[in-house]
Amino acid sequence: MADATTAGRAHAPSGPFRHFMTSATPGQLALALAITVFLALFLIIPVGTVIYVAFTEKGTGTFTLVNFVDFARTDLFIRSFWNSVYVSAMSVVLASIFALPLAYITTRFDFRGAMLIQTLGFLPLIMPPFVGAVAMLLLFGRNGTVNLLLNDWFGFRIPFMEGLNGVIFVQAVHYFPFILINLSAALRNIDRAMEEAAQNLGCSGFRLFRRIVFPLAMPGYIAGASLVFVKVFDDLATPLLLNVKDMLAPQAYLRVTSIGIADPMGYVISVVLIVMSILAMWVSARAMRGKDYATVQRGGGGLARRQMRPWESVAAYAAVFLILLLVLAPHIGLLLLSFATIWSFSPLPDGFTLAHYGRVFGESFVYVKNTLIYASLAGLIDVVLGTAIAYLVLRTKLIGRQWLDWAATAALAIPGVVLGIGYLRTFYGVQLPDGTPLATLWIVIVLALAIRRLPYALRACYAALQQISVSLEEAAENLGATKVRTVRRIVLPLMAGGILAGFVTSFATAAVELSATLMLVQSNADAPLAYGLYVFMQSAAGRGPGAALGVIAVLLVALCTFASHLIIEKSQKAKGAGH
Amino acid sequence: MNQPLSVSTLGAQAVDVDIRSVDLSYGTNHVLKGIDLHIRPGEFFAFLGPSGCGKTTLLRLIAGFNRADGGEVLVGGREVSHLPPWKRDVGMVFQSYALWPHMSVKRNVAFGLEERKVPRAEIERRVAAALELVGLAHLADRRPSQLSGGQQQRVAVARTIAIEPKVLLLDEPLSNLDAKMRVQVRRELRDLQQRLGLTTIFVTHDQEEANTICDRIAVMNDGAVQQVGSPMELYEKPANLFVASFLGTANIVPGRVIEEGGARLFEIDAGVRLPIPAHVTVLEGAKLVFRPQHASLGADGARDVSLPGTVLHSEFLGSTVRYGVKVGSAEVSIDVPFQSGEAIHKPGAAVEVGLSLNSAVWLAS
Repeated sequence: MADATTAGRAHAPSGPFRHFMTSATPGQLALALAITVFLALFLIIPVGTVIYVAFTEKGTGTFTLVNFVDFARTDLFIRSFWNSVYVSAMSVVLASIFALPLAYITTRFDFRGAMLIQTLGFLPLIMPPFVGAVAMLLLFGRNGTVNLLLNDWFGFRIPFMEGLNGVIFVQAVHYFPFILINLSAALRNIDRAMEEAAQNLGCSGFRLFRRIVFPLAMPGYIAGASLVFVKVFDDLATPLLLNVKDMLAPQAYLRVTSIGIADPMGYVISVVLIVMSILAMWVSARAMRGKDYATVQRGGGGLARRQMRPWESVAAYAAVFLILLLVLAPHIGLLLLSFATIWSFSPLPDGFTLAHYGRVFGESFVYVKNTLIYASLAGLIDVVLGTAIAYLVLRTKLIGRQWLDWAATAALAIPGVVLGIGYLRTFYGVQLPDGTPLATLWIVIVLALAIRRLPYALRACYAALQQISVSLEEAAENLGATKVRTVRRIVLPLMAGGILAGFVTSFATAAVELSATLMLVQSNADAPLAYGLYVFMQSAAGRGPGAALGVIAVLLVALCTFASHLIIEKSQKAKGAGH
Repeated sequence: MNQPLSVSTLGAQAVDVDIRSVDLSYGTNHVLKGIDLHIRPGEFFAFLGPSGCGKTTLLRLIAGFNRADGGEVLVGGREVSHLPPWKRDVGMVFQSYALWPHMSVKRNVAFGLEERKVPRAEIERRVAAALELVGLAHLADRRPSQLSGGQQQRVAVARTIAIEPKVLLLDEPLSNLDAKMRVQVRRELRDLQQRLGLTTIFVTHDQEEANTICDRIAVMNDGAVQQVGSPMELYEKPANLFVASFLGTANIVPGRVIEEGGARLFEIDAGVRLPIPAHVTVLEGAKLVFRPQHASLGADGARDVSLPGTVLHSEFLGSTVRYGVKVGSAEVSIDVPFQSGEAIHKPGAAVEVGLSLNSAVWLAS
């Protein structure tokens, strides 16, 4: 019973039975201590350092706000700040325009290919946005395919990719799945009786949508929208690659790389980035609080799916096709580019070749190898930490165990570029016996990736453990298994699916992450794929091989995700329909 | 219209519901097979049947959420089949209550009136009256999630009757309540319906619920109406074997009709036979049906016939003892009132099974 009542909430099972184990075992204490040290070293201290530097006078270390005054008095920074706000907000708007019709049509109508759309909708996520940026330039840029054709036929061009427009367009295409996923889930979770009750009382059509469906789906939409806002606000590589420098994240990067890690401005910008992240998350949390509108109940089954009338059907298919074409444009462009001989001032490449792939496999395979190693290690660290933290929080009475969860989750609010700056500042002074700074070691990249992805893996592990009834463990203990043996023989096998899901999330997103790595990569030999892509994409000559590398990255992540999906399916089936 | 929701105004408006040869299929699945029903004005009527019998489908069809392939539905003499749900004026209380979580109790109840563009002051008054009627006036500003299951159910009812529907539809309204609440709420529903005099259709799979609150019941199975009647009629004179066994426990004994000396006899097994009353027609292949309490064990003079039997087992149920008795090759259940001090027949004991022919029926299907 204790399990049933606490499932879905973030505190440990309570009740008369749990009072027997108020004291933690030495093993649990040691585990908690180890996690605390890890989080302190690689999250709290680096971020704390960044904040400390932002608020102290250079050299003396006394508290001051003068750095922030400088920030506010510099036109470039203020302009960058508003540009970032504008780009993030417009990206949310544009992403919503992409996501709304897809979510609405696939959840509310009998629509052939609804599954396909929901799946294709995820595709943009498994490619770094800046990779798509280059392909988008070729398709939508001033002299890209679309504008060339428009100019030939109608005599005008649309400035899709000019200045901030380009960043907005690329980001919206890249991040719209977050809104699609959240909004679709919210729409699906509305019991059809909610809608029918309104119809029964005389409500229909658009009023029904406005008064019932939309308010009920709102929390899900806000959650997705605020996530998109934060991601765009923090993104570093896309504006840089599109040569947009007057945004906040690029400014932080440029200050630190061009003026040096002693310059306080990079830190001030970092603090601003953190504050904006927290603000957006607060808005999201507020929207969700007390509004758990997942209303599907007994006898319910989501909103009623309607048959479409023929003209509705045509309109829906046209809209869906157009949007999918748009959001898949980066992939299509990238694929073309990777096979293109020359592609410039023409709607399509002049000719096709395999040379780029040859070159990538010859010279640049080190990037692929590095990525596999880094992302796997980061994923591994994440699921180990995630499982341990979930176990400590849900299954022990350790005092302060919640703090582990909160600390690990706090990483969500730390932009990659901030973490990168923090690592540089904190670990550059720490030297190995042979004199090399700790910050230059490749393992630091792995740690940064692991910290960045920990919140996602933690939630997956947490959910997996929550679903396991405590009585299963009590049964094992009752039959003579110790705590450690119970974890090994009962808990871990039952959590396997969730742990694997956590690993895949970490792995797939770490494989395409650039913000933090851009700050931390010291030599090409240590660089992961995303960094290699970035280097390639900066020169016109590197675009072909860069695209080939990009295609490889997409395939790599897609394959890994698909494989693990199969494994999870299989293990779920083996466990039976009970879970 | 000064006194909405009062007994007099609504009672006078009570309308009938006429369902005429309604057919509905989902693909090859024939869900409703030529349903004909007439629900009288002001009647509390139940659709009773096992899950999948089509009762909820029929209810949703009246509300307009399903569209019939054939036949018509008349509410107060007006054909409504072509109307969308929001133009029908039939109020439905959903199984899950379907209270909107983003609105307060008051806003939930006001919703239908707002949709009808009722003046604001009038809405205020009618919402208050509806909440008063279900005894929840003090919780008007709460959110649905802050209410107990029973209170949510009453809000759902208030929300529906606030629009003064022509007909009230209740879709398993008690199924999400615990056993104790169920008894209380069903009395409240009955009481409310009586006060409003509102034609009400109640869908349930629970025969006790239907028996206790409904005037008449339509027993449904396999997409067809099996029998319509008052609870007592259905229990005493089931029209077929399904109705007999669905409503309470029934002994169903196969056998054949024989003639002997000008009299008709029903032979259960060789030598085990009973006379068939003259006014009863027994079709070919019909089976003898009787309730456990309409038979007795031992020398009970009140019974019309007695058959030899052997006790197989016994269950002590408190006020009665239920025996499993082998009569011929058939096994029947027999309830005997328990009197303290009385010995219970042991398994294997030979007994006389007494049967009153008045309460026995023969059913062919």
